[in-house]
Amino acid sequence: MPDFSFVFAQSISGLTAAMFLFLIASGLSLIFGVLRVLNFAHGTFYMLGAYTTYQFVQWVGGGPGRFWLAALGGALAVAALGGLVERFLFRHLYGAEELYQLLFTYALVLVLSDAARMLWGTQQKSVSRPPELSGSFSLFGATIPSYNLLIILLGPTIALAFWLTLQRTRAGRFIRAAALDRETLGALGVNVDALYTWVFVLASFLGGLGGALISPMRATTPGMDTEIIVEAFVVVVIGGLGSFWGTFFGALIYGQVLSFGILFFPRFSIFAVFALMAAVLIVRPWGLLGRPLK
Amino acid sequence: MRTRPRPWALLLLVAALVVPALGSRFYTFLANDVLIWALFATSLNLLVGYTGLVSFGHAAYFGIGAYTTGILMKKVGLPFLLAFPAAGVLAGAFALLFGFFCVRLTRIYFAMLTLAFAQIVWAICFKWNEVTGGEQGMPEIPYPNLDWMGRLPFLGSLRTSDHFYLLTVLLVALCLWALRRVVGSPFGRMLTTIRENAERAEFIGVNVRRYELAAFVLAGAFAGLAGGLFGIFNRGVFPDFAYWTKSSEVLIMTLLGGMGMFYGPALGALALILLNQQIVSYTEYWPLVLGTILIVLLFAFPGGLAGAGVTALRRLRRA
Repeated sequence: MPDFSFVFAQSISGLTAAMFLFLIASGLSLIFGVLRVLNFAHGTFYMLGAYTTYQFVQWVGGGPGRFWLAALGGALAVAALGGLVERFLFRHLYGAEELYQLLFTYALVLVLSDAARMLWGTQQKSVSRPPELSGSFSLFGATIPSYNLLIILLGPTIALAFWLTLQRTRAGRFIRAAALDRETLGALGVNVDALYTWVFVLASFLGGLGGALISPMRATTPGMDTEIIVEAFVVVVIGGLGSFWGTFFGALIYGQVLSFGILFFPRFSIFAVFALMAAVLIVRPWGLLGRPLK
Repeated sequence: MRTRPRPWALLLLVAALVVPALGSRFYTFLANDVLIWALFATSLNLLVGYTGLVSFGHAAYFGIGAYTTGILMKKVGLPFLLAFPAAGVLAGAFALLFGFFCVRLTRIYFAMLTLAFAQIVWAICFKWNEVTGGEQGMPEIPYPNLDWMGRLPFLGSLRTSDHFYLLTVLLVALCLWALRRVVGSPFGRMLTTIRENAERAEFIGVNVRRYELAAFVLAGAFAGLAGGLFGIFNRGVFPDFAYWTKSSEVLIMTLLGGMGMFYGPALGALALILLNQQIVSYTEYWPLVLGTILIVLLFAFPGGLAGAGVTALRRLRRA
């Protein structure tokens, strides 16, 4: 039996991974909830968030506070890109078959990730941790980097803020209404087109922010987009496609399964994750907290 | 659907058979690649185009077939004559197992479950070092013993890879013929009915799930056969054969050629592979070009190349 501090450290690392996945998957889930499309390009937005953050750090330097500026800049740049894609391309496919929409988002993956390769090359890029959070501290005998703690606190904060926006604000009510019945909402005088663009912007921002925040922890490389997107799919499927808290719990479950899977069955941890996804789809296709689609 | 014989299919077969006579190792290589992908894409079309089931995990069966033939030939030492059909049988068996669960779901959930199963297959191939060679894959799959071909007239002077190419032509032609028969049969017509209106098919007493499962198994088995050939052609089998990006590649081919038209996906395979060869000699940014083509296609020619061709022909006739 491994000792407690080790198990604790392991669960903290699972929790950190879960919070990143939550950031990314929440954007994916938002787009699915409102537009009913699985956006393969969402992983690429995440990768672009990491690259643009790297670029901004190159420009503004790595002094105290500068990283946050760069991260925000990176996430905003990705959000703007998401808005442009929706406004000028994706919008025209809303009436098309599901398959065409999926393939369009996959075409975006090809174009955007290759453009990133053109701009930043194939060498991995790393960003150093913000100096104010470069330390670490001990808890229950485990050493935890301060940056990880920030991520663990930031995840639920963003989740809560996001949820409150959806539940309490006028824009949030419109978004929820659009998920249920687009036509009626339009007939009531709401500009649904603009709303869809903003949903895409917000979702891309979340994906970009995930990439921006992970850049000091993992090197940014080509190919990280196709890897993360299937992980994000697992998360939203486990929690329930389009379900907000489902995504949150899906991410928590994923993080723990992966980090303890690596501990006990190092060779079959990836297998376990996809097996879990398949099992959820078989038993409860709409996910643990989702509702069946009509 | 017309059932009268099509002489051009036979013409194509003859044309494919004389490719090695051109003497270029490169042309034979390209033609071999095209043929195998044409079979893979046509098998997917049975699901996506004819039955209306969008699978995002078709690469799983391609991968299973490739590993089956590869392992049987390299490690067990079985002849190709047994190892090749085994690829179809095993891929079909897995398609039966996975399909049993998949056909119970609809639309996006169906796509997600096929993806999940494919990723499971990929994860196993990636990690099971003892059997699959793990991340490094399994290089040096032997060519089948085709000495008998060398004794035939005109064929003695050809290379081993040319002999394998001729074998590919024959096997792919046989598989396409079989698939053509499936699509044209009452069973195939029923699949199209299900695609058009599954509810109505249910009303007239058709067991929709059973038909869908049968289509899933057939598609999986033929994808497995394509995989079996590809492992030998590629001189090695690697885990990314079953990775999800392979599934989207074959979907793109099917779409590019034209879904629902029998020879559409084969045309897509031909177009995409030739285009790739042309583009990579100018630029290393092939994915960028492919993505752009795909976007243009989705907006301008949703029927694919075959669809665009049919429309153009109709216009010509009317004029």
